Amino acid sequence: MGPALPLDDAGPYVAAAYLVFLALVVIYVAIMAAKLSRISREIGELAELAARRDEEREAQRETVPR
Amino acid sequence: MVFFYAPNEADQGFVQKIFYLHVPLAIVALFGFVAGGVYGIRFLRSGDRTYDLRSYVAIHISLILAVGALITGSIWAKASWGSWWVWDEPTLVSFLIVFLLYACYQPLRFSIEDPERQARYAAVFAIVGGAFVPLNFMAVRAAESLVHPRVLSTTGGAMPGSMRVTFLVCLAGMALLFVTLNKYELTSKQATFALRALKRRLAGDDDWVPIRRSAAPQL
Repeated sequence: MGPALPLDDAGPYVAAAYLVFLALVVIYVAIMAAKLSRISREIGELAELAARRDEEREAQRETVPR
Repeated sequence: MVFFYAPNEADQGFVQKIFYLHVPLAIVALFGFVAGGVYGIRFLRSGDRTYDLRSYVAIHISLILAVGALITGSIWAKASWGSWWVWDEPTLVSFLIVFLLYACYQPLRFSIEDPERQARYAAVFAIVGGAFVPLNFMAVRAAESLVHPRVLSTTGGAMPGSMRVTFLVCLAGMALLFVTLNKYELTSKQATFALRALKRRLAGDDDWVPIRRSAAPQL
């Protein structure tokens, strides 16, 4: 192994290594966040669908003759 | 701690700071692969598909960490050895073999359409791969090392107290990150499955359409 790199030369390598790690984590979290936001949107659509069904059921109950 | 508490290493100087990131990444990735194998055993014993999901997620996150270990290791090698990669160094090549082995895990899953068979074959793969990891590690330890430093050996690489504490904190941090990301992905996948089940119920079972082919487990 050669002699230690001076700080000026070693700094970019150290920064690059930590930035690569940060980038990996950020990309992973961003992909997962996109998936979670899709799940959230779909839950909203299902909630709307359920509410519409409830309204239809209510309307049917009101139109049934006594 | 890495930059303000641990001193610069006498031989390598400032570039040795990469070690506090690179080594925990590699160790946690290898443990994650073994954990994937353990979940594979539990799946085959119980038939519970959540173990298949756990195995899949553990291997998925370990692969990401392994990519990080390979890239940070290469950066360190370039700074320290003047070369991005050394082919005659057992530690590097064995880690690359393990990485490439697990890189086949997702294509294997994707290639099998039947979810039951997919889960079974993937579990067998995870168990064989998980057993290969410690064997590989021991073989590398037994081999004549060339230039890759030994961090946790009994004969060499002994660290002073402040470096050891910093390294252990980094290792614990990386393990916690693994556990957190594991939980994050598991929760996301389970929410997706619950949502699909709810959609099927609302649409009526007659309207159920098979989910598109996927490498991820289908619960």
